[in-house]
Amino acid sequence: MTLVLEQALNGVQLGVLLFLLAAGLTLVFGIMNFVNLAHGSLYMVGAYFAATFIPWAGSFIAGALLALAATAVVGIGLEILIFRRLYHRDHMDQVLATFGLILFFNELVLMVWGPAGMAIAVPHWLSGQVTLIPGVPYSAYRLAVLVVGLVAAASLYVLVSHTRTGMRIRAGASDRQMAEALGVDIRLLFTGIVGLGAALAALAGLLAAPLRSVHAGMGEDILVLAFVVVVIGGIGSIRGAFIAALGVGLIDTIGRAFLPRGLDALFSDTIADAVGPALSTMLIYLTMVMVLAIRPRGLFPAPGT
Amino acid sequence: MTPASAASRWAIVLLVGLALVPVLSALTGQTFYVFLLSKMMILAIAAVSLNLILGYGNMPSFGHAGFLGIGAYTVAILSVRASEAQGGWLASAFVQLPLAAVTAALAALIIGAVSLRTRGVYFIMITLAFGQMLFSLGVALEPYGGDDGMTLPLATTLGPGELSSGPVLYYLVLGVLVLALGGFSRLIQSPFGAIIRGAKSNEIRLEAVGVPVLRYRLVAFVIAGAVCGVAGALMANQSGFVSPALAAWTHSAELVVIVLLGGAGTLFGPLFGALAVVGLEEALSRFTEHWRIIFGPLLILVVLANRGGLSGLFRGQNDD
Repeated sequence: MTLVLEQALNGVQLGVLLFLLAAGLTLVFGIMNFVNLAHGSLYMVGAYFAATFIPWAGSFIAGALLALAATAVVGIGLEILIFRRLYHRDHMDQVLATFGLILFFNELVLMVWGPAGMAIAVPHWLSGQVTLIPGVPYSAYRLAVLVVGLVAAASLYVLVSHTRTGMRIRAGASDRQMAEALGVDIRLLFTGIVGLGAALAALAGLLAAPLRSVHAGMGEDILVLAFVVVVIGGIGSIRGAFIAALGVGLIDTIGRAFLPRGLDALFSDTIADAVGPALSTMLIYLTMVMVLAIRPRGLFPAPGT
Repeated sequence: MTPASAASRWAIVLLVGLALVPVLSALTGQTFYVFLLSKMMILAIAAVSLNLILGYGNMPSFGHAGFLGIGAYTVAILSVRASEAQGGWLASAFVQLPLAAVTAALAALIIGAVSLRTRGVYFIMITLAFGQMLFSLGVALEPYGGDDGMTLPLATTLGPGELSSGPVLYYLVLGVLVLALGGFSRLIQSPFGAIIRGAKSNEIRLEAVGVPVLRYRLVAFVIAGAVCGVAGALMANQSGFVSPALAAWTHSAELVVIVLLGGAGTLFGPLFGALAVVGLEEALSRFTEHWRIIFGPLLILVVLANRGGLSGLFRGQNDD
């Protein structure tokens, strides 16, 4: 039971990270109709910035904030230089160009930071364990990741649902041309959304860094998961992305932890050993296929997309 | 001279030139280009197969490298079995290549049947997910190297020759490439091809006149998967090595890049695309090991400057 709770917390924590990444992706996708494969690169660049700034600033929080700002600037630069020329183009053109960006950024971090990768240490004030539920000690850092992610998600929710800017974003998502006709400065809005998405991706990257490692190509694996989240949630829907992110995080973590064991109980060892690992990594993709088979536009399709 | 025939003329010159390369390399003792160009042509075969669905049929699959993985692992598994049995018919190309095609076709049938019900971005994403499933399957195949992949214990045989030999593999690959180009050229001009192309421009109208579009698309998807499976089998032999990375989504994206760069929906576009990508990689990596830092932005510039890919250069403006 302890293990189940711990794995459930791990699942939520993965889900929160996925949400941070998927939020930017789904906004850009839903509002600008722009497929940004390079979103994972921003996740990576954010982690590298944090790995550089945190020791330099001597403080985890100051370094992290610097990394967020720097990645937002990178995102805004990309939007102004490249993305905005591609909004009206075919999805395949967008794919081609942003794949070029992936190659560029992966190589750039190799050149600047070297092939060995980097590590971000867990800040010492979060290095211990906390006992949230009696009998279930849990890593303080992982808990902090969970809290920061939930706070970011809540702030995003307030921003999108309860502010004028958010109203413009939602208007842009449901009918871009009408929003433009009503005097919303779409160009500025788009640049802002990409910058915000970049900062959220960087936040995910730097929060994940102490748990994983910082290396070139780290964005590509997680990007696919973020896409899965976006598609399950319904393209353009923040709420959908949140629910789907938690669902995918839980299914993936719990599946990996318990599916092989469950199969052990049901089948012979040889079958369970052969099928278990494959099935548990394929589980989220199977989930996505099933969701799309039943609801081809995801769980919460945003209006107008 | 129509622009389209200019592109095909260049392509025929290129194919004839390719046929001469092993002879020249035998005369000069330069074997490297035989290796490099077989790699290029295998990528071209995979790209030609992707072009059928992506270019002509507007089915932008992002999991196509999954079929490369299936083809390659078919060879790996048969190669292990053959080495356990000390050679024999399991190592023959006449067994391995058809089996790779059939296995990939079966996978394509399942993947296509589910994916083709979705459209646009959802289709991209669902094929991406299937590709990743095949990738995970490769990682989970512990007896065949798991994450790290494995070296083929036994090369595929072709009559008395072995596919580990440069020229034998080279001519086999060239043969498959020419067959694929010829076959697809006929296929695209056939009534079947007309429906695939028609569904790209107006699916609803075709449905309205009673064409079961989904079924036609599924057949195209299966053919593309099968041909790509053969490319995967050749790829395993070319490198003598298989790994799950063959099926990774970035590899699928590379195939998409080759097709788009060459010109989607043109017969020889994927060939030019493969030549350009492999050639650029080779040329740039002579300047710097960090060739991607140049290649990436180059890709972006091509997209921003030109809409029709390299074949579009022959045609002037892309008309669709």
